[in-house]
Amino acid sequence: MAFDQLIAAGTVAKVIAAWVGNVAGGSGYGFRRAYEQGVPRRIVMEDHSNFTVGLALKAAAMGLPFLPTFTGIGGDIVRGHPRIRPVEDPFGGPSLLAVGAVKPDVAIIHVQRADRQGNAHLWGNLGLTVEAAFAARRTIVTCEEIVPEEVIRSDPNRTVIPGFLTTAVVEEPGGALPSSVQGYWRRDFEPFLRYHRISRTLDGFQAWLREWVLALPDRQSYLQHMGDDATRRLRVQDSRLAAAANFAP
Amino acid sequence: MIATYTRRELMVVAAAREIRDGEIVFVGMRLPLLGFGLAKATHAPNAVGLFENGVIRDRPAEDFIYTMGDPPNIAGAVACLGLNDVMSLLQQGRVDVGFIGGAEIDPLGNLNTTRTSAGGSLVRLPGSGGGGDIASLAGRTVLIMEHEPRRFRERVDYVTSPGHFAGRHRGGPATLITTLGVFDLSGGRVRAVTLHPGVTPEQVRQATGFPLAIDEGTPPTMPPSADELAYIRKADPDGFWTGDTMKGG
Repeated sequence: MAFDQLIAAGTVAKVIAAWVGNVAGGSGYGFRRAYEQGVPRRIVMEDHSNFTVGLALKAAAMGLPFLPTFTGIGGDIVRGHPRIRPVEDPFGGPSLLAVGAVKPDVAIIHVQRADRQGNAHLWGNLGLTVEAAFAARRTIVTCEEIVPEEVIRSDPNRTVIPGFLTTAVVEEPGGALPSSVQGYWRRDFEPFLRYHRISRTLDGFQAWLREWVLALPDRQSYLQHMGDDATRRLRVQDSRLAAAANFAP
Repeated sequence: MIATYTRRELMVVAAAREIRDGEIVFVGMRLPLLGFGLAKATHAPNAVGLFENGVIRDRPAEDFIYTMGDPPNIAGAVACLGLNDVMSLLQQGRVDVGFIGGAEIDPLGNLNTTRTSAGGSLVRLPGSGGGGDIASLAGRTVLIMEHEPRRFRERVDYVTSPGHFAGRHRGGPATLITTLGVFDLSGGRVRAVTLHPGVTPEQVRQATGFPLAIDEGTPPTMPPSADELAYIRKADPDGFWTGDTMKGG
């Protein structure tokens, strides 16, 4: 959905992605308008599968020009692809595909907690978050809480981003809404359905953009606009704590 | 007593029956998600599910989820790794069966979820997601489709998830579950295994844009048992994924 919103707002020239849509209903109408009609502007689409996006970021995270894979052989995604080319196994095995690195200018990732140096603890749904943080030239960490560095050091295996990779750290509770943050926020599904309905027309999208982006100067006003009932309902109140791990030397 | 169930509930049951006990399953969203939980609760208690966001579960989520990243799919998981980790397991050959949905299919089991001009004008679809990877790398795949003539095409416009082709790395499409029946795809052609109760061979032929084999005396799909229905309705209490009432008998 976030892809769709950026595209529909006319801020995107090129998309490198495996899937652009809305978890509520499939189609992303902003993406479709841009791709099919060039509205509000033409976009260049570089299609991938999930794994080739993952490998492209992983290659950059490893400081490599490409990574080889067997995925995608026989399909149209890899045919004439600007970033995926056939490659021979130097050890004599079957042919593979090389997926070229994608090195983002900036990655913005939301975590549960970080210290002032940007050492970040993240748990739950990881996807490609860590690869993105490692691959990017600059990484901005937004977090539910800035915590004392002792909290981070108490559980170093949960640190997925070392602070020297973090360009900036921002305390922004609810920064991932309407998506969920394990232990902090439930998914707010209503906005996904609402956006799916309203973005069907360009006028509808622009109304959404005015109401939910342009009229709201910061995240705090976004939360206020959601309303107290919504934020209360979505905030995780109960605890399900992991067992403590003993790091005594 | 004649049980009442929806077509989608029947499809969930058919999906569950494709999972054998002890198998490693690459679970997709929507119906396969419920199918995996149902298989675990009935005949396949030792199956393990991999989700493309990195989650590994050996028991279904405790609450309703919209997507695999939702908090109830994280709580109680065996592991929360990254996308590249579970995709690596898939590439290794560790996954027995994977589920994929598509917008269009052809007789070789090629799926298109990228773009189509079937209706006259260009329509952009969301893209591969993990579908192309599952199609390439799972031991076998189970495809799930709406059975409509415009979706069943002699040749798809774009092969997002490759079906059968010479030199295939692994397995390929084994079974197709549609709104009308269950079909065998393993031989590189489409052959009816069962037709859903009340569905005639003629109806299937008319809904399929290419010739397919329906033997004389193809049996009906076994309707959901009371236990199976009870499970599905507990997992999807509001019929979000499985609504759309069909009276079965």
